Amino acid sequence: MKAVVTVVGKDKKGIIAKVSTALYENDVNIEDISQTIMQDMFTMIMLVEFRSKDVSVQDITEILNKVGEELEVSIHVQREEIFTSMHRI
Amino acid sequence: MINPFEVIETINMIENENLDIRTITMGISLKSCAGPDVDEVCRKVYDKITLYAQDLVKTVEDIEEQFGIPIINKRISVTPIATLVDSLENPTVEKCVKIAKTLDKAAKKCGVNFIGGYTALVHKDYTNGERVLIESIPEALKSTELVCSSVNIGSTRAGINMNAVKQMGDIVKRAAELTADTQGFACAKLVVFCNAVEDNPFMAGAFLGEGEGECVINVGVSGPGVVKCALEKVRGEDFGVVAETIKKTAFKITRMGQLVAQEASKRLNVPFGIVDLSLAPTPAVGDSVAYILEEMGLEKCGTHGTTAALALLNDAVKKGGVMASGYVGGLSGAFIPVSEDAGMIEAAKIGALTIEKLEAMTCVCSVGLDMIVVPGDVPASTIAAIIADEAAIGMVNSKTTAVRIIPAPGAKEGDVVEFGGLLGTGPVMPVKSYSSEDFIARGGRIPAPLQSLKN
Repeated sequence: MKAVVTVVGKDKKGIIAKVSTALYENDVNIEDISQTIMQDMFTMIMLVEFRSKDVSVQDITEILNKVGEELEVSIHVQREEIFTSMHRI
Repeated sequence: MINPFEVIETINMIENENLDIRTITMGISLKSCAGPDVDEVCRKVYDKITLYAQDLVKTVEDIEEQFGIPIINKRISVTPIATLVDSLENPTVEKCVKIAKTLDKAAKKCGVNFIGGYTALVHKDYTNGERVLIESIPEALKSTELVCSSVNIGSTRAGINMNAVKQMGDIVKRAAELTADTQGFACAKLVVFCNAVEDNPFMAGAFLGEGEGECVINVGVSGPGVVKCALEKVRGEDFGVVAETIKKTAFKITRMGQLVAQEASKRLNVPFGIVDLSLAPTPAVGDSVAYILEEMGLEKCGTHGTTAALALLNDAVKKGGVMASGYVGGLSGAFIPVSEDAGMIEAAKIGALTIEKLEAMTCVCSVGLDMIVVPGDVPASTIAAIIADEAAIGMVNSKTTAVRIIPAPGAKEGDVVEFGGLLGTGPVMPVKSYSSEDFIARGGRIPAPLQSLKN
């Protein structure tokens, strides 16, 4: 199952490191990653794949929310289909 | 790779523009529960609903979390209960209320927000069971929390059953009086339809129609806020651009609905019925249909030009939505429930929006005079006449129209009635003081209209 992780907030050291460590520890593979500045905000978008059946989107959301609080950025984890279905025919 | 701008656009719609899935409604057929003994019927009804819908709420919440899209309501619609009442031995009001309480109990057990289908379809005439069921509506709505009721009193093919219209005037009044302590709240759960649809997922008018299957998932999308924000970016452009912008936005909103509907259908192993393409407002400030109309250039919703603006909006939403979903149905149109829409509440308070203008607006949109609070001393015959007018619009124009009107006991013109939650705040609107008594007293049936020579 694939999901999109979105990190939005003020740029600072360690965002990619901390988010990708949390993903690595839960057997989530990063397939693609892009960063940009959008409306003066640091925006990082990752396409990830869940390798383990025991880890759900909800679990990762909970873990990354903690990371997000620590880094003072907002993090979303959503199944990939919501974006593909909305923007692709 | 996914385009970052698209990802951010979607997240923005959800976080800042109130995009949500308004409802996932599971339709459950209760045809198999009919029988002569009311206790046996209640047992079967409770068992069937709680079995079929046992995983509904949990599954929907999972989808909500995994896709990151809010799904506001989980609901159940059932076969019109009048069908069950007809099969009872000696149907009485008490027996009907017993079934209503069973529906309420089953809905609470499943954890849903509402259950619809305390319904009778009497557009041509009544059966004995339907007559008793309608009689029981005020008591049934008073003694339950989650049960919603609807009555279909007219159709393009049958005309308008004016006996039923007269009766519904009385029923609405009685429902208000029985719940005077909550300012007639029962009336917020009662809709009178012309041309009711069989697969509507929205309350209070949802029921599972005669032609439907055993169990089905219908989804209602929403997103007035998203449309409003999209139109802010094309200020001053001509109507071609406005229509195009609404179409594109409606397409995106509906795709979301389609995805959620398919996912829910797959996980619950229940067939997917339809996506209802309705713009459903909530009292939240960024979630108003009136504000879309005002964004088009009207100073206040209800002023001259409102009907044209709404016609464009309604049509563009459908055109955009139709391509986004495999099966479109339900009511599919912009809703204009006065008490549930921040912009309409405001417009009604200052007198810009009147019942007469709302009536005109219902000619070009879904669904009708919805969540309108009128003074408590308005006579039943006037309410019946308002229902008749609205039904005539539906009958002649081959569309669904409805009336959900609350004659709030003790309330006077200019007062404001608080319902709370999604049902919002209703300014008490004036009605004509001239009598319709003799008109309504005639009874009988208004014949079905001609469907050609359309002028």
